[in-house]
Amino acid sequence: MTRVTRRYKFAASHRLNSSALSDQQNRELYGKCNNPYGHGHDYVLEVSVAGPLDADSGQGVSIPALDRLVNGQVLRDFDHKYFNADVPEFLQDLVPTSENILRVIEDRLSANWTKVFQGDWPRLESIRLQETKRNRFELRTH
Amino acid sequence: MLITRRAEFSASHVCSQSALTTDQNRELYGAAANPNGHGHNYVLEVTLEGDPDPLTGMIFDLKTLKDVIQKNVVEPMDHRFLNYEVPPFDKIVPTAENVAAELWKRLEPRLTGERARLKNIRLYETEDLYVDYSGEVR
Repeated sequence: MTRVTRRYKFAASHRLNSSALSDQQNRELYGKCNNPYGHGHDYVLEVSVAGPLDADSGQGVSIPALDRLVNGQVLRDFDHKYFNADVPEFLQDLVPTSENILRVIEDRLSANWTKVFQGDWPRLESIRLQETKRNRFELRTH
Repeated sequence: MLITRRAEFSASHVCSQSALTTDQNRELYGAAANPNGHGHNYVLEVTLEGDPDPLTGMIFDLKTLKDVIQKNVVEPMDHRFLNYEVPPFDKIVPTAENVAAELWKRLEPRLTGERARLKNIRLYETEDLYVDYSGEVR
């Protein structure tokens, strides 16, 4: 069993503001992240995939196939976009915190996984999202 | 407790299978299938697990660890073309996964001591791609 981790980057902006809270409550809860015009980050996304080593290919996962999946499902829609206005999942009530962005990434990858990878392996193990160098979020999927 | 030692080597490789066509190799390995090869600054992280010896306060002698990595990995692989110069990559494809497994095979018997065992090999092919390998049974 090997675990392959691929790192991707995208630049995007967001505003943290919950429709369930008052303006004052939003300011208190989210601080600077509540700035009405939004703000941006150079996000770093790490995707870890596990699988048995295929004896012929020497691979646990085809990197070009993984790249196509992540490019098509995540980077194309997220890079140089404003989450709150450009990404469908965040147009209504879902606040684009890194936690929620990770969930959306997992949903998108999982929903399209079998189009790229047939069979039990490889499987998605973990996704990590670094918003800045000082904070990182991880969602373990297995 | 875990200890991790890092080492680097620079090497070239090509990822392709002779049984596949050029297009199939390109599909499977992407740019890594270029027949003339290309190179990386590989970064290796070797992690040992164990309890410190009460007398020395160490899990494993770091100098010994450094020497074992140097002799068994860096010297034979640094500034080499893996497919042509480093067996078994004349017979198997030198993907990051296979290189990590080969490093495990070379290091594991030499790093199992009374208090320590090899826990994980992490091999960075680039900053954007790394593989973790911890033996056949995980």
